[in-house]
Amino acid sequence: MGYLIVKKVDLAPTIKKFEIQAPLIAKKGKPGQFVILRIDEKGERIPLALMDTSPEKGTITIAALEAGKTTKKLNSLKEGDYIANVAGPLGKPAEIAYYGKVACVGGGVGIACIYPEVKAFKKAGNYVVSILGARNKDALILKKEIAEFSDEIYVATYDGSEGFHGFVHLLLKKLIEEGKHFDLVLAVGSIPMMKSVAETTRPYKIKTIASLNPIMIDGTGMCGCCRVEVGGETKFACVDGPEFDAHLVDFDLLMTRNRRYIEEERIALEEYKKVCGCKEGC
Amino acid sequence: MAKIREKKVPMPEQSAEERIKNVKEVPLGYTPEMAIEEAKRCLQCKPREGKEFPPCVEGCPVNVPIPQFILAIREGRFDDAIKIIKERNSLPATTGRVCPWENHCEKACTLGKRQGYEPVAIGWLERFAADYERAKGFAIPPKPQPNGKKVAIIGSGPAGLTAAADLAKKGYDVTVFEALHEAGGVLVYGIPEFRLPKEIVKAEIEYVKSLGVKILTDVVIGKTITVDELLEEFDAIFIATGAGLPNFMNIPGENLNGIYSANEFLTRLNLMRAYEFPKYDTPIKVGERVAVIGGGNVAMDCARWARRLGKEVYIVYRRTGAEMPARKEEIERAKEEGVHFMFLTAPTRYIGDEKGWVKQMECIKFELGEPDASGRRRPVPIKGSEFIMDIDTVIVAIGQSPNPLVPQTTPKLKTTKWGTIEVDEELRTSVERIWAGGGIVRGDSTIILAMGDGRKAALSIDKYLSGQDRSWKFKAEG
Repeated sequence: MGYLIVKKVDLAPTIKKFEIQAPLIAKKGKPGQFVILRIDEKGERIPLALMDTSPEKGTITIAALEAGKTTKKLNSLKEGDYIANVAGPLGKPAEIAYYGKVACVGGGVGIACIYPEVKAFKKAGNYVVSILGARNKDALILKKEIAEFSDEIYVATYDGSEGFHGFVHLLLKKLIEEGKHFDLVLAVGSIPMMKSVAETTRPYKIKTIASLNPIMIDGTGMCGCCRVEVGGETKFACVDGPEFDAHLVDFDLLMTRNRRYIEEERIALEEYKKVCGCKEGC
Repeated sequence: MAKIREKKVPMPEQSAEERIKNVKEVPLGYTPEMAIEEAKRCLQCKPREGKEFPPCVEGCPVNVPIPQFILAIREGRFDDAIKIIKERNSLPATTGRVCPWENHCEKACTLGKRQGYEPVAIGWLERFAADYERAKGFAIPPKPQPNGKKVAIIGSGPAGLTAAADLAKKGYDVTVFEALHEAGGVLVYGIPEFRLPKEIVKAEIEYVKSLGVKILTDVVIGKTITVDELLEEFDAIFIATGAGLPNFMNIPGENLNGIYSANEFLTRLNLMRAYEFPKYDTPIKVGERVAVIGGGNVAMDCARWARRLGKEVYIVYRRTGAEMPARKEEIERAKEEGVHFMFLTAPTRYIGDEKGWVKQMECIKFELGEPDASGRRRPVPIKGSEFIMDIDTVIVAIGQSPNPLVPQTTPKLKTTKWGTIEVDEELRTSVERIWAGGGIVRGDSTIILAMGDGRKAALSIDKYLSGQDRSWKFKAEG
């Protein structure tokens, strides 16, 4: 058996949202935490941020961007299907408090990760400015949902099809230069994106938090696969994080470490394409 | 009476050349004839004066009635043999493979103390009895009358499973919580397939479940459910979360690609079956020249795995072979399989290539000085002896620390400065109704010592919950 997929929603052509029955996790999950799931008996364990929880319904919500075999396979699952294993909530919750003015910057599927924090920061009385980045307007997700809990919302697309034309950190920079003041910046997205946001806020000494996404296996501090360097110290992102002071994170190391299995990921995807059965051949 | 043979009846095994090409077990097990022949060597010792058990049983952390089960084997009563073992040991196919008998029962064996004699092959006989039963399908023991009391066990490794089985046999309603997707703890993520086939662990766990034990996987206690919540629902809790936090040396370059903790390396291969990638999704990347840092059993397991992946392997250890904590048998097997040993050597830093992968390691040589706290001679670095070695994979196997998840999320549990949970002689913690044992109490442990703790905790829990002894030495303040 496993964990029932109650609802599946297409957020973008390659990003799907799943509502999964997991009552214990639903009761405990907090913004900033993640789950580890394994699709089937031969599957790998991958971490995915908790996007939402409903203790009443006993469900959790996650969003996955198709990148490799596992996320493609996950996104091919339908309502009524089961996921073999879901464990969590893992990692430390985000430090939600009143900071004043908070910028929540999300890139790509990272927008799904900032969604619960936008909500929580708003609830904690902050003035929340959400800044969303995507490749183009079709790849932009959750704008409406995030707008609901944001005092201001901005969009950046690489191709200029919506909002600011260019990278999301450049939009943030523009806003700061125009005189917007932030007490805290949260950045979740690709590693280059989070690094760029950190470099953008560093000269202004704005406290900046990034949620790191290293490769993990158990997610309970047992294997050390997810080690990252923060302020020159080795940390296990699964138990010490996943959120860290972005100004202290060694993003280059994280990038290098996340490329460890790039060749194997390609092989797994090639093999999967032969059997996945979808019309696009993945 | 026929003369007793001096040596153990040898156990057939795969040759070194053969076995490094597969992941099958090395020793192949006794035939019934071999087992009977070996059982004849047992002297059937009685307890010494003032002792409860014969020497071998005294030496066993779970007190398996050794002479009795060996007698049953000798008389061809194999069903009786396993029944006798299982009175005390619920995981006999496991201990019959990976228990360090030479430190326990076989060390105490009277025959082994005679000049020129080897001890009785107690471990191999235990394995024979367990394998015999598994092959024909194990007998499900009669269910005891439920006593209505509920016990939660955190962790499904050797300590947790042993306590679970012992308590279930006494009529307790036992639930085991496991963080991973598969039960077994170190038996499934740590011990290699070629030492302990996963099918065997599965069968042992099926047996424990057949006693009525419920095992819930994917539950991370401290996160999914807190210990305080368990206290509300259960009458007693046994924390057996193990020593699953890998130690690193904190030397430059340790986070380069290609450097694994032993736990990561073993988990990928054992639990996630990375050796079958891409049939299984989890990959592992191992270069051509592998350095395993450390001299314990875990280091041997990593080295022998790497040999089976076809790599050149070096064990790098800062003391000499005499001080190595690994079992002699494991060291011998590693040697036979072509693992190279570099003694009195340790890495000082790792050097990476332009893509961030380790390509070299700088080592320093040591000499042995005065004995340290462990009684072993302390290795002292030799100034100026640094040298560079080409290496493209490193496995750091220098021990583990207790897993901090439960202590961190349960602040009222007293811990030591090493992060282990403090317990009294009956494994009671500072919080009433909570016991702890195995790696979380001992730091680095062995399977049989963890099982011994499981047994001890079960006895103490039973004494407490049945009302025989409600005292609590470590009452928490306030």
